[in-house]
Formats: sequence, structure tokens, C-alpha cells
Amino acid sequence: TLALRWHRLKIAKYRKPKNKAERRQRKRRHPPKLAKSPSMASTAAVPFWRSAGMTYISYSNICANIVRNCLKEPHKSDALAREKVHFTVTKWSEGKPEKPSTTRSDDPDV
Amino acid sequence: MFRQASRLLSRSIAQPQHTKTKVAARAFSTDVPATPTEDSPFSQSWKKVIPTIEPPKTPSSYMKPRPATASTIPTKLTVNFVLPYASQLAEKEVDMIIVPATTGQMGVLPGHVPTIAELKPGVMSVHEGNDVSKYFVSSGFAFIHANSVADVIAVEAVPVDHLDSNLVQKGLADFTQKLGSASTDLEKAEAQIGVDVYSAMNSALTG
Repeated sequence: TLALRWHRLKIAKYRKPKNKAERRQRKRRHPPKLAKSPSMASTAAVPFWRSAGMTYISYSNICANIVRNCLKEPHKSDALAREKVHFTVTKWSEGKPEKPSTTRSDDPDV
Repeated sequence: MFRQASRLLSRSIAQPQHTKTKVAARAFSTDVPATPTEDSPFSQSWKKVIPTIEPPKTPSSYMKPRPATASTIPTKLTVNFVLPYASQLAEKEVDMIIVPATTGQMGVLPGHVPTIAELKPGVMSVHEGNDVSKYFVSSGFAFIHANSVADVIAVEAVPVDHLDSNLVQKGLADFTQKLGSASTDLEKAEAQIGVDVYSAMNSALTG
């Protein structure tokens, strides 16, 4: 309860907040969340790509792209054709779509 | 949703007693019997209300549960080797596979201890009698279950003879140079990945 909280705070030299700014300060209990930094100090052993800021998926995709680029000819074009992606991006402003900009990506590295 | 109700209720009742010990709330997929032994409460109550129409099937009734863990070690290992676009080996019975785990080349025989291994770029070989087929795996995971079923999933896996050694040598030289001249952490990491993969391909082609 509030009374109990005040009692506890009184023991710890509680000072009643003078104005709104101080009251707002009191409410903030949790420190703001830091952006996820994979290189924060932790004792677990991490792979070198993790400590450089890469996720497993990007590591895995980079490896796969390297392997695909080293194939012999008929297999290489098959593999690259398999990895093509096509997508459409439409930006919206003020509730209306802008002229639909079709972006087609044939680049498997994207 | 309601099929799980009895399990959840019993778990919440049991919770206060087992605060320190971890109760395994779920059975492993290898322990579940292959065919359901009794009708679920839903289909029983359905049959009471509408005896003429078959109860609707749920997604799990279409799934084939895994073969249960046998009491004696089976003679063959069942391998499922899958890629995102194809399944290279589907439930193939082999003698042994050797997977390139991050902790080194790992040989898997029937009766292997259940393991989850992250794979590094390397060669996976499948041994069936006297035939050995080798695949170069870019990265992935290998799940070995208690019932001697091994699932190897890879993002890209090619037979070793599909690799072009000229491109591999050129790439290795390129990335070694990039590693020397890299400045930021990310560039260094990418160059290091390239060097790792190309040298693994090199040793696959030469070794």
C-alpha cells in the first residue's frame, strides 16, 4: 500500500516531492532500456560473428551465398535462380498510396 | 485448446508441491506412442452428440509421430537430410554419418546419445555399406534423437564434385586479402567467415 511505501521511504530519508518534475522523477523506476548491444560484457563465450554484431541468420546466409557462388556452371545458375526474390514496395502518405514503386530484386545477396 | 485443459489443471495443482524440482511437463516426441491409444475427450463428446458424423480431424492427427525409442539399439540410423528447397535424404537407413559440428567432425552411429549440434561449413559424409556420399554443408544443425533418427538441416548443401576449385582458390585469396585490410569489426567478421568457408571448401576438394 501507499502508506507502507511512504513508511519504508521515510526510513530511507524520504523527502516529499516538491513539484511535478520531482514527482515524475520518482515514478521512473526502471532505467531506459539500452539498445541491444551484442558486445556487452558477459561471460558466455560467443562466436566471433556474434561479438561483431551479426546474427546467426546473417552468418548462415553469408556462408550459403559463398558456397553457391563457388559451384560449377549448370548448378550455379540453378542455385542463383532459385534464390531470386521479387517484391513490391509501396509507400503510403496521408492515407493514400504513392505511385506504386515496384522493386524487383534479382540479387540473392539482398 | 481444451485437450490440454486436464494437463494444465494437473500442472497448476502440482505446482505448489514441486517448487524446487523441475517437472517435465511435456513428453519427448520420441516417447509418445505411434498410435493414439484412446479417443480424446473432444471426439468422445462429439460422438455422444452427433454419432452419425465423423469427428473433425485436428492437425496433430495428420502428423506422423516419431517412432518410439526402442529398448535395444537399432542396427541402422535413419537420416533425414533436408534443405530449404529439397530433401536430399528422406528417412534413409544408413550405417553412419559424419557431420561437421562446430566442435569437430562428429560420427553418428545408431544408438548415439541424443544431441543437438550446430554445424560449421564442412563435409558431411553418409556411409551406407561400402558407399560413401559426401556433401559440402554451408551451415545448419544436426539433431540426433534417442530413437536413432538423425535430422540434419542445412541451408545449402552440395555434393563435393559440384564445387569449382578455381573459384574456391580465387575466393580464398580474395578474402585472405580482405581480412588483412579490414578495419571495422563487421568487415573483419565477414572476411573471417569468407576465409573459413573457402578454406573448408578447399580442404573438401583436396582432402
